[in-house]
Amino acid sequence: MTTKKINISINGFPAQVKPGITILDAASDNGIIIPTLCYHKDLCVAGNCRVCVVEVAGQKRLSAACATPCEEGMEILTNSLKVRNSRKHIIELLLSEHNADCTKCYRNGNCELQELASEYKIMTQDFIELLPYKTYSVDMYSPSIIKDDSKCIRCQRCVRTCAELQGVNALTVAHKGDHMKISTFMEKAMNAVVCTNCGQCINHCPTGALVEKNYIEEVWEAIANPSKHVVVQTAPAVRIGLGEELGFEPGSRNTGKMVSALKRLGFDSVLDTDFTADLTIIEEGTELLTRLKKALVDKDADVKLPMATSCSPGWIKYIEHMYPEYLDNLSTCKSPQQMFGALVKTYYAKARNLEPDKIVSVSIMPCTAKKFEANRPEMFDSGYRDVDYVLTTRELAIMIKQAGINFKALEESKFDRLMGESTGAGVIFGATGGVMEAALRTAYEIVTGREVPFKNLEIAPVRGMEGVREASIKIENPKPEWKFLDGVELKCAVAHGLVNAKTVMDSVKKGTASYHFIEIMACPGGCLGGGGQPIPTSPEIRQKRAEAIYAEDSHMQIRKSHENPEVQKLYRDFLKEPLGEISHKLLHTKYLPRERF
Amino acid sequence: MATSYQLKRADFIFKNENDWEQVLGKILSQNPQDLINELISSELKGRGGAGFPTGLKWKVAAEQPSDTKYVICNADEGEPGTFKDREILQRVPYKVLTAMVACAHVIGAREGFIYLRNEYWFLRNELEKVIDEFEYYCKEINLEFKIKVFMGSGAYICGEETALFESMEGKRGEPRNKPPYPTTWGYLGKPTVINNVETLAHTYTIFKYGAKKFYDLGVQYSRGTKLFSVSGDTPKPGIYELELGMSLQDFVYEFGDGDTKAVQVGGASGFLVPRKKFADTAIGYQGKLTGISLPTGGSMMLFNSSRSMYNVLDNYLEFFREESCGQCTPCRVGCQQLLIGIKAVKRAEKPASYLDKLLRLTETMQYTAKCGLGQSVANSFSSIVENFREEMIY
Repeated sequence: MTTKKINISINGFPAQVKPGITILDAASDNGIIIPTLCYHKDLCVAGNCRVCVVEVAGQKRLSAACATPCEEGMEILTNSLKVRNSRKHIIELLLSEHNADCTKCYRNGNCELQELASEYKIMTQDFIELLPYKTYSVDMYSPSIIKDDSKCIRCQRCVRTCAELQGVNALTVAHKGDHMKISTFMEKAMNAVVCTNCGQCINHCPTGALVEKNYIEEVWEAIANPSKHVVVQTAPAVRIGLGEELGFEPGSRNTGKMVSALKRLGFDSVLDTDFTADLTIIEEGTELLTRLKKALVDKDADVKLPMATSCSPGWIKYIEHMYPEYLDNLSTCKSPQQMFGALVKTYYAKARNLEPDKIVSVSIMPCTAKKFEANRPEMFDSGYRDVDYVLTTRELAIMIKQAGINFKALEESKFDRLMGESTGAGVIFGATGGVMEAALRTAYEIVTGREVPFKNLEIAPVRGMEGVREASIKIENPKPEWKFLDGVELKCAVAHGLVNAKTVMDSVKKGTASYHFIEIMACPGGCLGGGGQPIPTSPEIRQKRAEAIYAEDSHMQIRKSHENPEVQKLYRDFLKEPLGEISHKLLHTKYLPRERF
Repeated sequence: MATSYQLKRADFIFKNENDWEQVLGKILSQNPQDLINELISSELKGRGGAGFPTGLKWKVAAEQPSDTKYVICNADEGEPGTFKDREILQRVPYKVLTAMVACAHVIGAREGFIYLRNEYWFLRNELEKVIDEFEYYCKEINLEFKIKVFMGSGAYICGEETALFESMEGKRGEPRNKPPYPTTWGYLGKPTVINNVETLAHTYTIFKYGAKKFYDLGVQYSRGTKLFSVSGDTPKPGIYELELGMSLQDFVYEFGDGDTKAVQVGGASGFLVPRKKFADTAIGYQGKLTGISLPTGGSMMLFNSSRSMYNVLDNYLEFFREESCGQCTPCRVGCQQLLIGIKAVKRAEKPASYLDKLLRLTETMQYTAKCGLGQSVANSFSSIVENFREEMIY
């Protein structure tokens, strides 16, 4: 059915648009860009920055284009003198309240306010600077996020992100009038509230008010120190995001160039987190099957199902705060980053004949919560801090730029060995549903001896961007030792974005869902939309990144975790068996109930 | 000059008639469409200050297909210099409640609220007693309608209708984007009629005596009477019910102390009128054919020659700077800039011409602010700065 279009005019030119469409979208469809600040495609419309105001013929007041629907016969002016003057005033006002010391700002060069000021050529500051009238302090307490109120323009994108995408509500609006600011519960520091460190607020902040805590200098220092052996691991989502910071379109695959760049930066060994992603699948898959056996055969009432994945540190902190009674449902597996860290200072050190205290372990993550995770007191199982520094995709791009590397012109290289081999199953950890798909590929084969019954191993039901996805696989004709699973329909759920995690957990809590296994990623789209990924983010960009991740997978020769030869070697030489004694010491962890505020 | 004295006192609102059961019975026996027509022909406009036609508001809400609708009485009287709603709720609460039941009957609402300003907590007990009487009455006649008192928390902005809804929904009191308007998307996203206390009280008069009686009072575009909260340099501060359309000159003859320099019409968000413009200014809604016509929520503040207009403006701006909800840029930052700006001019840190820049800023605020608060800061600022520029500078 085609809906009737309505007639409007934009700047004197007639246009036909869908009824109910906002002026902003109508203009965009007709080739007119209206500037915005508080508007974000991921979020509900706020209409509070007023930068997008336009003139509608017959109305004295201007209308916010983002919040005003088009009506039949509307004559819209997006660039009249009245609009221009007002818009300029608003930008000037924002600047007068803003710490505009741009050269000292982390977001210098990638700031929406700066861009707008440049576009409108605001060369003078006519209004009185308001910063001297305010008492702002920078909140540096969180290991992941720095919050600087002096750079905040009160667009509330972070508040809406925290509420709508994540359902966490760590960030909120406090006070009114000139004292109005973005704050936390009781104005506590960011490390003392429910914040999950997911960093989505950073991804959605138009200015430098919210940025990651960066460890670039520390890493440069380690690299420069000749007595240190600096190992770097790179997460799956980094290779498909990094290019966006370095001149590529979203969805570009740059694994080979990234490895070359890391080698040129001076890391002693460039390795792959995908390797421990594969390892996670073995451990976690075995854990799931063990739990199922205990529940179905031994009728052990203490076994907790559904089992939930534990790869996403934002999700871990969320469940610790919000559903502490379900901590036993979490897989005890550490995240791939932390498994990697623990192995680097044990297995890798031994194999390469290095003193563990001479090793500096760096990880490149699409994530800010990983900075918090590496800092957790449980993450010292190797006897040392398992992961010393966590950098985001953005920080790596900064290092590459600082080193003067022409990324586009780089040749492709391969990861170093040991712990550099990975499979397609490891790569798809970067997309929502990826862990589930990888786990099913392996678990199904362990149980039945056959490949999962999906074309090209692509388990379509768990792919996609739907907030919560459900899938089930019926197990038929299993191997004799898995006889008890014959005819069992393995029920799975996949959720991304913590607000969807809440939906899943609430249905588990109410007992309306009977899942065996759930995968939850804290960020929209999974790690590829992580809080450490290039800015901007949007549903379209995340879609392209997801396509790139799945393309990586389909181009891999080995696509099942249990077939990773290096993982097999690791078990032969070091771990002996999944969930064995060494595994328990190095690869598994425990969780901590936390307060709900 | 006294020959032109034309101030027409009236006494409807506070006339204690104790006949609400009779009036309400008559109202409920009529069909909603007739009641809407009655209201429309009375030309009653919202008495909170914005002046939206009340009949039209009820009509639009009545036409909405929703099962759930709400009637809300806005008793968050916060405009500096108004204190009339308090008196109404104290002296004739039954008129307001009658009107709420009437509105519920007209639009098909089963629930109503009185959003009571936090500082009026002392009215609550008495009010709830009267509500009990009404609920008993409704039960007797099988009309399903409940009324609750909702206490505000003290923010000026929550008098703005959509911020009021947000506040009632347990959220931060911040105005919403409009459209949609409350009649289609109000409290909890349901069609809602929200009227000022005084507006509701006037409908009692209209339904009791008929629209004609009301319509015959006042002048064209500004029909009926209005309560005025008179304060400032006046020998007789208080609340007065007057016919609309009077000239400000007449008002000052009646209430001035003989030395009136200026009158602030409509509180901090209204206009300041200097002495030389008294005769040309009428008090009523916009659309009057001749002269300047100023709408008001009822606040009339008189200032005599001992008052510094700079201090008056400084006081208003401090109020706005604090009471802006802070969400939209023009209002939050604009109010700060205006206040700091006039201080800077006064201290000669900025040239006098900076006032012109600030005047242009108020224009932008008027065009672009999200709600009535930010839009109306321009009113007092420009009328004071334009008429008393020298007081701002020296």
